[in-house]
Amino acid sequence: MRKAQLLQGNQACAMAAIDAGVRFYAGYPITPSTEIAEFMAENLPKVGGKFIQMEDEIAGMAAILGAALTGVKAITATSGPGFSLKQENIGFAAMTEIPCVIVNVQRLGPSTGGPTAPAQGDVMQARWGTHGDHPVIALSPASVLESYDITVQAINFSEKFRVPVIVLLDEVIGHMREKVILPSPEELTLIERKRTNLPPAEYKPYEADSTRIPAIADFGTGYRWHVTGLFHDENGNPSGKADTIHKQATRLLTKLDPYLEEITLYKSYCTEDADYLLISFGCTARSAAEAVDMARSKGYKVGLLQLQTIWPFPEQLVKEFCTGKKAVIVPELNAGQLRGEVQKVITNQTLSGVNKINGDLITPEEIVMKIKEVAGQC
Amino acid sequence: MLIDVENLMRSHRLPHIWCPGCGNGIIMKAILEGIRESNLDLDKTVIVSGIGCSSRATGYLNFDTIHTTHGRAIAFATGVKLAKPELNVFVITGDGDGAAIGGNHLIHAARRNIDLNVILFNNNIYGMTGGQYSPLTPHGKFATTSPYGNMERSFDICNLVQAAGATYVARGTAFHTKMLIDLIKNAISNKGFSFVEAVTMCPISYGRRNKMGNAPDMLKWQRDNAVNVKAAQKMEPEKLAGKIIIGELHKETAPEYTELYEQLIARFRKGAEGDGQ
Repeated sequence: MRKAQLLQGNQACAMAAIDAGVRFYAGYPITPSTEIAEFMAENLPKVGGKFIQMEDEIAGMAAILGAALTGVKAITATSGPGFSLKQENIGFAAMTEIPCVIVNVQRLGPSTGGPTAPAQGDVMQARWGTHGDHPVIALSPASVLESYDITVQAINFSEKFRVPVIVLLDEVIGHMREKVILPSPEELTLIERKRTNLPPAEYKPYEADSTRIPAIADFGTGYRWHVTGLFHDENGNPSGKADTIHKQATRLLTKLDPYLEEITLYKSYCTEDADYLLISFGCTARSAAEAVDMARSKGYKVGLLQLQTIWPFPEQLVKEFCTGKKAVIVPELNAGQLRGEVQKVITNQTLSGVNKINGDLITPEEIVMKIKEVAGQC
Repeated sequence: MLIDVENLMRSHRLPHIWCPGCGNGIIMKAILEGIRESNLDLDKTVIVSGIGCSSRATGYLNFDTIHTTHGRAIAFATGVKLAKPELNVFVITGDGDGAAIGGNHLIHAARRNIDLNVILFNNNIYGMTGGQYSPLTPHGKFATTSPYGNMERSFDICNLVQAAGATYVARGTAFHTKMLIDLIKNAISNKGFSFVEAVTMCPISYGRRNKMGNAPDMLKWQRDNAVNVKAAQKMEPEKLAGKIIIGELHKETAPEYTELYEQLIARFRKGAEGDGQ
């Protein structure tokens, strides 16, 4: 354990990255994510790592992928419009299975929107921002300490599953300062990507065993393999054959399936006897937790499911938590992006949202008002 | 002759997808000759390309290779080189890939003077998408998207890259193969950002539309219109109009980016040792 510190969410995220072994950062400055780049610029060279401020967001994403292929753990951070710019190369990472982490400190959008205004409007962009069907993991912390823990998890997941992992911070969590006691780096459980132990002549870079995750060979170690964003066979050779495309697309799309339980991170509060369930994430989950206490003091049995894993959407978990509840309410700082996913998996419960897209936060009182309204209807 | 470079290729991937008469194979072979004659460690050599005809070359080359997104090869290569400076890093790009969508990465990599060897295949056209004009299509020339003659002026890409800070800049052609190999070897030996424009020919999408004849005619055009840089220095500007100036255009020394970064890291290592004493 370290001593208690007063830290920003962005700082905790950057510290976690270095503690988890990240040794390469490339990015482009954008509010409200800049503190992550600044921390990396100052601290990476001290541990033998590299920081580079690239000429644009696209280059930042490209550079971390090049670096990751040499065997280092690599990360970039951005916000809203910058995240949009990175999407094509995030798709490339998904297609070529390069481990990498993208931190998106969400801001109000669309377009330049509100550079310093909190929002949670990138839920769908995190899932479907790039073209085509592809796997992705997106995690969202709700406190400074979670910002640290979730970033470590993100790096571990990207290494283990060879997928781009997105840390969906929001402006509030990124800029908020809290007293935290972080673990020492040596207390962390870290995962390294599975590297091939075959001789180069026998190595097939995209041949997956029963784990569905192929072993990688670091560039410069004599394997001389080909990486391409085109559909490719097990050897990495481009292919336009329907059979080959189908085989690769299917493996990519299902490669996280055996690991859904491991990937699903969440917290719950007062849910066991609850009649009404709040489902929330990020900064809004904090208002929701407060709303639970306020509503319970007024006699409403309310509980909270805080999702830390947003994608793959934890269908099973949400189903289980919704079972037996009279109504489900999803407070989020967007027009209902997560609520749509909840809608897909619930059956008999009434579903409603508490939503804001004006740069203001959702207050606990507003959530309590919605609980009362819903309770009156039930 | 091919036998010299055969072990540098993924021969099982042949035949290549380039059109009959395309000059890209000549440039690709020149790159391989440059690598072979420079005695580079093949296991420590990475070749990165973008999207387009030229960029498909990485699929045929037996190194660690990345065929990236359109225009982004230099940005990927910057990550490779900075993360592992001991690697020899090449970028294969085209005039559309490198000068249009990738133009920003090109000038900034030159500004940093990061030790990359960029070979830009200039066929004056977007070949893979079927013959649209590129930033290197000369003014007045025809393409599917310049049916009335190209309204835009073209870059002198070598001047652009030199002005941006590259420490080695050269231009060769598919006709002058011996010179092209030498220029690539010089680029490899330069510690810093090296740029070689390799003028090639696209008889299908560019030559045919601009009535330049078949592939041999286009090679002859290169032969007859190329002027060595030393001869060009003595020529009047009007006589140089429409000519291709070939040879070593610019050479200087400047601090190289990854070396500077390694020095920064070393400073902290020293500091750590000092603290321990």
